[in-house]
Amino acid sequence: MSVIFSDTAKAEFDRLLTRYPDKEAVILPSLHLAQREFGFVSDEAIVYIAGLLGVSPAQIEGVATFYTMYNRKPVGKYHVQVCRNIACSLLGAEHLIEHVAGRLGVLPGGTTRDGKFTLSQVECLGSCGTAPVMQINDDYYENLTEASIDAILEKLR
Amino acid sequence: METVLTTHFADDGYRRIDTYRSFGGYDALRKSLSMTPEAIIDEVKKANLRGRGGAGFPAGVKWGFLPKDLSRPRVLVINADEGEPGTFKDRVIMSRGPHLLIEGIAIAAFALRVHISYIYIRGEFVREARILDEAVAEAYAAGFLGKNILGSGFDLDLTVHRGAGAYICGEETSLINSLEGKRGWPRLKPPFPASVGAFGLPTIVNNVETLADVPWIVTNGGEKFAAIGVEKNGGTRLIGVSGAVNRPGVYELPAGTNLKEIIYTHAGGIRDGKALKAVIPGGSSTPVLRPDEIDVSYDIESMAKIGTMAGSGGVIVIPEGTCMVRALSTLMNFYSHESCGQCTPCREGTGWLKKIVGRIEAGKGRAGDVELILDVCDNMMGRTICPLADAAAMPAQSFIWKFREEFDRHIGEQKCPYGNRF
Repeated sequence: MSVIFSDTAKAEFDRLLTRYPDKEAVILPSLHLAQREFGFVSDEAIVYIAGLLGVSPAQIEGVATFYTMYNRKPVGKYHVQVCRNIACSLLGAEHLIEHVAGRLGVLPGGTTRDGKFTLSQVECLGSCGTAPVMQINDDYYENLTEASIDAILEKLR
Repeated sequence: METVLTTHFADDGYRRIDTYRSFGGYDALRKSLSMTPEAIIDEVKKANLRGRGGAGFPAGVKWGFLPKDLSRPRVLVINADEGEPGTFKDRVIMSRGPHLLIEGIAIAAFALRVHISYIYIRGEFVREARILDEAVAEAYAAGFLGKNILGSGFDLDLTVHRGAGAYICGEETSLINSLEGKRGWPRLKPPFPASVGAFGLPTIVNNVETLADVPWIVTNGGEKFAAIGVEKNGGTRLIGVSGAVNRPGVYELPAGTNLKEIIYTHAGGIRDGKALKAVIPGGSSTPVLRPDEIDVSYDIESMAKIGTMAGSGGVIVIPEGTCMVRALSTLMNFYSHESCGQCTPCREGTGWLKKIVGRIEAGKGRAGDVELILDVCDNMMGRTICPLADAAAMPAQSFIWKFREEFDRHIGEQKCPYGNRF
């Protein structure tokens, strides 16, 4: 896969540069863009962004690895992230994580063989009033039950 | 009851500028532009508007910390990181009333003579970031942002900036570092952000709800806002109730509403007819309360008097039958995961708390472990750059002080009496 922004992404990147008094401030948005464009933040993507911003790849890497949302390794087409913090746990999240793991046949951290799903346990998604909650790619799924999880996963299969 | 924020939140169209304006939206901005910046700040001071992010610092006073010198540009940053477990109120404002926030930002920016502003929103809130982006574009198109706002000569640029998954970025100096494209490591204070903040410029960081209150204050006057709440604590608060209640959700209630009433009347009482075991009153870092302690006014001063905090307004309700060691273990996993690692007492302390509480829960606790936890907490509190170490130590101490027998039982029986489940 060639690591070069598409025209749309490049236009967005150029627009971002106008929004901050300092180029480095574009590092986080650029990493989001890279992840959207290339699926994950590869070493090549880090070198590419470093080149665009005129900073060292080490600096970009130091930032990329600090934050949990940047995937440094490929993830499945659907990244299923189930919250296991207190409000979700009080309403059965631990049990639901086991349920999802069983349905997908992978442990948290794993990706299904067909590359379609990656399962992660995450800390607080900030949606405690509609617990239990999971996030799949950009979308939240709230007030989860075993049945609703089955229906959601079935749709994505 | 008078509502400040949520009056029209049930109307889906309210997130669009036309509907917002049909309810008088942006009239407060128009009014502000005819006032002096000092007069606006005075109204906010009179309103007794306390920061809604957790610390509860008076907003008008914070604004007064900006240097008088106007030779350097200033920055207004909106803290929309909302990462404290149990807290989910700002998301409601951003998704239901984004223009309320944008109008509040524009008014505050005018009052603070700021021309550059950023909404730092937690990275996971992709949908809310999109809603805000759309609302910001609408506000630019209507002349409420950008150059020469409403012909006043006042300019303001506003950008929505997504974080990338780090609880620590809710701390204002971490947030500033993150905004600048760095790791979200907290900075030593002083210098305070008001003198040296984002991009080295004088900076004010305010929470979403704090700024969303501002248009109402300008429209109705600070005294009227102050009258809704209690002394020193004006207005309403968005209170998020989660956990084992019949009606979890966000409730807008006057500051100083009774906590028991919040849980039993507004949130409908405890689920499945169970009894109440404990309440974490203001987000996961605030000291836990027993059922006999919750007949209390939910305001900053009253909560402090009973040794806890109203914090970010996140009430987490724990029902009978919950293992408190397991609940604490869940929290310690969180704080250990989220420590940025910069300060040793926090990096090591949160790790040890996770390890010790975890082994007690797993039935491998040792005699003296409870004292060890308290000792670790003592060595964390107040010894780090930012309050994350305290945020981990406060629940650990309070769970032990108030539910000590459960820890002792785990260690004595060498197993979890609740079967290691919630």
